[in-house]
Amino acid sequence: MEIFGVPLQAMLGQLLLGLVNGSFYAMLSLGLAVIFGLLNIINFSHGALYMMGAYGAYIGLTTFEMNYWVALVVAPLVVGAFGMVIERAMLQWLYKLDHLYGLLLTFGLTLMLEGLFRSFFGVSGQPYPVPDALRGATDVGFMVLPNYRAWVVLASLIVCFATWFVIERTKLGAYLRAATENPKLVQAFGINVPLMVMLTFGFGVALAAFAGVLAAPIIQVNPLMGSNLIIVVFAVVVIGGMGSIMGAILTGLGLGLIEGLTKVFYPEASSTVVFVIMIIVLLVRPAGLFGKEK
Amino acid sequence: MNKQVIGYALLIVLGLLAPFFVYPVFLMKALCFALFACAFNLLIGYTGLLSFGHAAFLGGGGYMAGQAIKMWGFPTELGLLMGMFSGAVLGFVIGSLAIRRQGIYFAMITLALSQMLYFFCLQAKFTGGEDGLQAVPRGTLLGSISLADDLTLYYVVFAIFIAGFWMIHRTIHSPFGQVLKAIRENEPRAISLGYDVDRYKLLAFVISTALAGLAGATKTVMLGFETLTDVHWHMSGEVVLMTLLGGMGTVLGPVVGAFTVKALEDKLGDFGDLLAVTTGIEWFKTIGESVTIVTGLIFVVCVLAFRRGIVGELAALLKNKPH
Repeated sequence: MEIFGVPLQAMLGQLLLGLVNGSFYAMLSLGLAVIFGLLNIINFSHGALYMMGAYGAYIGLTTFEMNYWVALVVAPLVVGAFGMVIERAMLQWLYKLDHLYGLLLTFGLTLMLEGLFRSFFGVSGQPYPVPDALRGATDVGFMVLPNYRAWVVLASLIVCFATWFVIERTKLGAYLRAATENPKLVQAFGINVPLMVMLTFGFGVALAAFAGVLAAPIIQVNPLMGSNLIIVVFAVVVIGGMGSIMGAILTGLGLGLIEGLTKVFYPEASSTVVFVIMIIVLLVRPAGLFGKEK
Repeated sequence: MNKQVIGYALLIVLGLLAPFFVYPVFLMKALCFALFACAFNLLIGYTGLLSFGHAAFLGGGGYMAGQAIKMWGFPTELGLLMGMFSGAVLGFVIGSLAIRRQGIYFAMITLALSQMLYFFCLQAKFTGGEDGLQAVPRGTLLGSISLADDLTLYYVVFAIFIAGFWMIHRTIHSPFGQVLKAIRENEPRAISLGYDVDRYKLLAFVISTALAGLAGATKTVMLGFETLTDVHWHMSGEVVLMTLLGGMGTVLGPVVGAFTVKALEDKLGDFGDLLAVTTGIEWFKTIGESVTIVTGLIFVVCVLAFRRGIVGELAALLKNKPH
């Protein structure tokens, strides 16, 4: 079977790849949105922390013989804790300043982290094996589904929707949303806002690291894997607008799919299609698809 | 006022004498980046717009100038103008899109669009992809003065820098510049006073990108090649660093910042060796190859503790104002 001269198998394969990329966009833009909501900081180092997650898995395997499933829990915790240290040591001094300083500081952090990892591990990619349980592929009738990629999409969907549920449907989330609206008032009600800010940043960072561990077996683990991704994620954030959690998730997944489709029909444009969509959105709906005009 | 004139005159004399004491190619490179940083400062320091994609204009101007001089046989001065013009056109397109959003989004949009240009330059034929655009001839000035000699070229680059600097100086101190400052301080108020804020922002953006394009073109002519480094986002970050370190919103800050950063990049390897010898830690020897660790560290320190930059702090000291 063919669609516009493209075999269905190839098409579905690329769509799955797109969905995998979209899962990463969704997890990273979700973290950015949560952090921006409470801290008013655009975390440029999000990509570098994603890279640290992947290295966490790699170092865990090579040095401590930690298997994939343990790494999936440990690496985000470690990187999340690192994030909280950064928040307490540096970011907390910037909240009263212009938002731009947060971007500049995290940009500097990105350069440092990338430089350090490059200096210790070199620029070449390190392979990370797919865990035994997820090797191989399953024939689902209309296509052959590689198990690991299916797992990535599934895991990221679960994590994204769990985050959405916690923020939109629980009491803790209600505190968080209230603190986003008016931190002073929430503090006056006896809630420890600085602690909440620290934990939120830690959570956003842990989410990036989790994505990094998921990515480790698919792409070669290398120091620059994060920065190339983060710029695309910024475009995703501009397209979706940072006001809505669900918006961030859906935009991320949708753009991944569109990127996958572009790879089938016009491969040359696949690296720029997200930016082109960003331009169109800016022209038609400047506030972003899910954003509110201020 | 007179003090200012004397100060600038002294700086010009310093600039004229410098190539007899310092390697001219280093000076030319630093001057190109100084012009680039001054152009960037017009936006961040005087209009309050953080463009995180200024590499696009430096590199875009550089590639177009190289293409015009090498492939189309343009004389050097026309090639430089071509670079400036491409900077302006790119700036008009990217600026019109980016000013549709404010603050942090503006930064993200400029970054994303410059990354798009990076991918374009990576794939396009005329840029030479990973190899870069090589063997661009320096040519002659006005068809008679050969630019092959470093010293001659230095004075041409110096003149270009002075012209660009003067243009920015004029812009900042004109009524137009006052409106830009008003927008930086309080945009809603500027709107309510009847200024078409978007047009002012766009014009400032285009002036800045045209000069960035000129800086890139001059750099290409000077070095004889143009590579992807100039359109990469690291370059966009580097110009932010130069301006931040020198002092945002000060006229001379970006110049000081550019010279400091370039000197640092040049000397970092030696400094690392020195550290390795004194501390006995072998790792310091590799620091020359990982300049980004040091630039990143300077970024962090500047943002946390040194937001006025070198020139800003000096000015504050001279005014005798404690923190």
